[in-house]
Amino acid sequence: MIVMAKNKSDQKRRIENVLSALKHDKLAIASLVFLVIIIALALLAPILPLDPNTTDVRNMFQPPSPEHWFGTDDIGRDYLSRVIYGGRVSLLVGFLAMITCVCVGVLVGTVSGYCGGWIDSILMRIVDIMSSIPWMVLVTVISLFLKRGLKSIIIVIGFFTWMEIARLVRAETLSLKEREYVMYAKFVGIPGYVIILKHIIPSVLPTIIIAASTGIANAIMTESSLSFLGLGIQQPMSSWGSLLQNAQSYMQNAIYMAILPGLLIVLTIFAFNKLGNLLRIFVEPRVMSGEKD
Amino acid sequence: MDENKMTQTGERLLTVDNLKTTFMIHKTKVEAVRGASIHVDDGDILAVVGESGSGKSVLMKSIMGLLPENAQTTADSLVYMGRNLLEFSADERRKMRGKEFAMIFQDPMTALNPLKKIGAHLTEVLMRYRKLNKKQAREEAIEALRKVGIPSPEKRLDQYPHEFSGGMRQRVLIAMALCCKPKLLIADEPTTALDVTIQAQILELLKQLRDEEKMSVVLITHDLGVVASLSNRISVMYGGLIMEEGLTDEIFYAPKHPYTRALLHAIPQPTTGVKERLEAIPGMAPSLTNPPAGCPFAERCKYACEKCESEIPAYRQYTRTQRAMCVFTEEELNAMDKEGKADGRTE
Amino acid sequence: MAKYIIKRILAAIPMVLIITVICFALMNLAPYDAIDAMTTPNMSPETVALIKAKYGYDQPVYIQYIRWLDGLINGNFGYSIVTHQSISADLAIRIPNTIKLILPAYLLAYALAIVLGLIAGSHKNKWADKLIDGICAIGIALPTFWVSMLLIYFLGYKLNVLPIVGMHTIGQENSMIDYLRHFLMPFIALFLSFLPDATRYVRSSTITQYSEDYVMVQQAFGASKAEIMFKHVCKNVLLPIITKLGMALPMLVTGAIITETIFGWPGVGPYFVKAIQGMDYPIVMVILVLSSTLVILGNLLSDILYCLTDPRIKDLG
Repeated sequence: MIVMAKNKSDQKRRIENVLSALKHDKLAIASLVFLVIIIALALLAPILPLDPNTTDVRNMFQPPSPEHWFGTDDIGRDYLSRVIYGGRVSLLVGFLAMITCVCVGVLVGTVSGYCGGWIDSILMRIVDIMSSIPWMVLVTVISLFLKRGLKSIIIVIGFFTWMEIARLVRAETLSLKEREYVMYAKFVGIPGYVIILKHIIPSVLPTIIIAASTGIANAIMTESSLSFLGLGIQQPMSSWGSLLQNAQSYMQNAIYMAILPGLLIVLTIFAFNKLGNLLRIFVEPRVMSGEKD
Repeated sequence: MDENKMTQTGERLLTVDNLKTTFMIHKTKVEAVRGASIHVDDGDILAVVGESGSGKSVLMKSIMGLLPENAQTTADSLVYMGRNLLEFSADERRKMRGKEFAMIFQDPMTALNPLKKIGAHLTEVLMRYRKLNKKQAREEAIEALRKVGIPSPEKRLDQYPHEFSGGMRQRVLIAMALCCKPKLLIADEPTTALDVTIQAQILELLKQLRDEEKMSVVLITHDLGVVASLSNRISVMYGGLIMEEGLTDEIFYAPKHPYTRALLHAIPQPTTGVKERLEAIPGMAPSLTNPPAGCPFAERCKYACEKCESEIPAYRQYTRTQRAMCVFTEEELNAMDKEGKADGRTE
Repeated sequence: MAKYIIKRILAAIPMVLIITVICFALMNLAPYDAIDAMTTPNMSPETVALIKAKYGYDQPVYIQYIRWLDGLINGNFGYSIVTHQSISADLAIRIPNTIKLILPAYLLAYALAIVLGLIAGSHKNKWADKLIDGICAIGIALPTFWVSMLLIYFLGYKLNVLPIVGMHTIGQENSMIDYLRHFLMPFIALFLSFLPDATRYVRSSTITQYSEDYVMVQQAFGASKAEIMFKHVCKNVLLPIITKLGMALPMLVTGAIITETIFGWPGVGPYFVKAIQGMDYPIVMVILVLSSTLVILGNLLSDILYCLTDPRIKDLG
C-alpha cells in the first residue's frame, strides 16, 4: 500500500514535469493544437458542410478559389472536403493499427517477460524472425493475402509492426518481475494473468504511451506509402496517401492536389513524434534534471 | 607574507576566498557552493569532508574550472601560486589543468576511454605539456606507472582499460596526474568505489607521493575515518559552506562546531575504548534551490537558536589554524550539553 | 573470438531455414497459385495434370519444398508466372541497378550524418544542435514519395532540367552524363530519406559519449575541446556506426522500393511492386527470402565487425 501511495505522488510529480515542459515548448503546444484541430475536423466531418463526392465535370481542375478553397480534383469534386475525409481514413488507420500493434506487442512482451523459460525463447525467436524481414517487403506481401481495403491495411500494419514494442515491454517486465510487490503477489498465489494486468501493465503504461504516439505516426506513414503504391486504401475510399497517388497523375496541371495532403501527412507525423518525445520526460525524469554534485 | 607561517607550513599554494557557484537548471537557480574559503599550503594534505550534496565536489571543480556551461562561479579571490585565476581566460585555465594541478575522480572504472590503450592516456598528457617525442613519452609513462606501483609497466602500457582492475585503474589515473609533476592533486573521493583493502593502498600511495613528489593533496571525502591518519588539515563542509577548519588533531580532539561534533559521533571509535552510542544526525541536507537564510545546519542542530536561523554566523577564530562558523563558543556548547538543554531556542 | 563468430554463424543457419519454410508455406497458402496462372479453366484435367507434373506440383509438399530450396541454393530461383522469365536472370540485372542507386546515397547520407551528428551532439542545446535536430524532426516526418513528387514537379516539370523517369534516355545508354542526369533525382530523394535517421543516431550516441566520465577526466587533464572530440569521442561514436553498416546490407536490395517505383528506376523496387500487383508469387517469395536472408547476414556481419574492432570483445572466448 505504501508503495502504491508513493507511486501516486511520484506520478503526480512526473505529470507536473511534463506539463511544465509543455508550457516551455511552443512547438509542442502548436503540435497539440494542430492535432486537436485535425482530429476534430475528422470526427466532425459528416456534420460539416462538406461534400467530397458530388462530381462536377464542368469544374474539373479548378485551382483554389473562394468557392473551392483548395480547388477541385480531376472529376470536379471539392478538394478540401476530399482531403478532410481522407484525413478521417488516415487517422482511423493510424489509431486502429496503433491499438492493434500495441495490444499484440504488450501481450507478447508481458507474457514473454513474465513467464520466461521456453515461452520466452519461442516468442522472442518469433520476434527475431519477423523483424528480420524488411517491413516494407513483409507488409506488401501480407497485403497479397487479404482483400485490399481499410480492414486489411489496419490488420497488416497492426499485426506486423509490433515487434519493437514487444521487445521494449519485455525488457521492462523482466525488471519489474524482480520488484518486491510483484514477488509478494506471486508468493501469495495471485495468478499470473492478474499480476500482469494489475501490476505489470500499469507500470509499463508510460512506455506504452510513448510507443503508441510514435506508433500512430509510423502507421500513418506506412498507410500513406502503401496507398501511394496502390496497395492500400482502394477507391472509392481515399486517404491522404491515395489522394497523393491520384495527384501524381495530374501533377503537371494541378500541383495543389499534391501539396495539401502531403503537407498534412508531414505535420501530423511531426506532431505525434513531437508529443511522443515530450512524454519521454514522464518515463525518464532524468531528462529534466541537470547534473548536480 | 608572514615569515613565521612560511617556515611552519610551507608556502601558500592555493587561496580560495568566498567562492560561490550556482547552476541554472530549467530556469531554477541551484546554489551548490555559497561562499566557501579554503587554502592549501605546500606539503599539505587537506581533507574536505562533507555529506553528498554539501558542495565539496562542485567547489573543487570550480577551482579547476571544470564545470558545465550552466554553472556560474564568483569569488573574492582565487589565487594559485601567486596567480589570480579569476583573471585567466577559459583556455589559459585549461592549459593549467593536468600541468599545474590535476584531479582524479570517484569511479576509476569509467574514467578511462575504453577504446584507448593505457599508454595512450599517459603519453597524450605527457606530449601535451612536455615537448617529448613518442619514445621519450613512452619511457616517462613507464616510469610514472612504476611510481604508482603497477607491476610490469612495459606490458601494461599496451593494454586496454578493461584489462585493469578498479584499484589499478585508479593508479593509472594517479600516474596520469604525476606525468607533469603538478604541485597540487585534487582527489575526489578516490577510494569510494573501491574495496576496503584497495582503499588503504591508494591512500597510502597518495601519502607516499606527497612525500616523494612534493605534491600537495586535496582529498575530498564523506568519510572522516578515511582522513584521520592521512591529512594534516581538515575543512568540514556543509550546505555549500565551510563549517569548520583546522589541523587534523584540532578537528578530532577539539571540534568546535556542532556539525563536526555530530559527524564525529557518527563514526565508530574503537580507539577511545569508551562505549558510545553511534549517533545518526537527524534530518536531511538543506535544499540547494531554496537555501535557508541562516546557518544551513540550524535545522538539524540541537543547539540552534533563532539567530542561527536568520543569519549566517561569522567565523570564530579559535587558534591560528582553527576556526568555526557558529554563534556559540565551545564553552557555551559544552555548558548546554551539561545542562542537558539540547535546544538553544527560547520557549 | 573465432569461437564466438562460428557460434553466431551456426545460430544464423536455422533462422534462414525457418524463413524459407515460412515463405514456402505462404506461397502454398496463397489463394491463387502458380498452377492457376499457367492453366485456364477450359483445359482438360489431363492437361492440367501434365503441367503439374512438368513443374513438379504433383509431388508431396515437402518434396516440393526441398526442390525449391535446392533451386534457391543453386541460384535457380524459378520462373515468373506472368512473363515466364527466369527470376535469377531478371534479378542479376536489377540488383546491380538498385545498388548503383542506393550505395552512393547511403554512404553520402552517413558521411554527412556523422558530421552533422557530431556537431549537434557536441553542442547540445545550443543553436546549432537545435537547428540540426529540428531539421531532422521534419525530415523524419517527410514521406519519401511526397519528396519525390515535389522533386519531379519542380526539377522535372517546372524547371525542366532533369529527366523524370528511368535510367537512360533511349539511344544514349553509354552516356555517363545522361546516366547522371537520370540518377540525380532518385539519389536526392533517397539521400534525404536516409539522412535524418542517421543524423539522429549519431547525435544521440555523441551526447551519450559526452556524458561519460572519461570526457570529464580528459578535461581535468587539460585536453582541449578539439582533442576531446577528435581523439576520444569520435572513436567511440564511429565504432558502433561502422558495425551498423553491416546491418545496411539488406537495404542494397529492398531499400528503395518506393523511390525506384516513382522514378521508374529499373531496380528491384518496381519489379517487386509489379509482382505484388500481378500476384506473381515466385518473384515475391524469392525477394522475401532474399531480403530476410540478407537481414540475418547483415546482423551477422555487424556482429563480426564489432568483434574485430572493439578491444573489449576481442579477448572473449
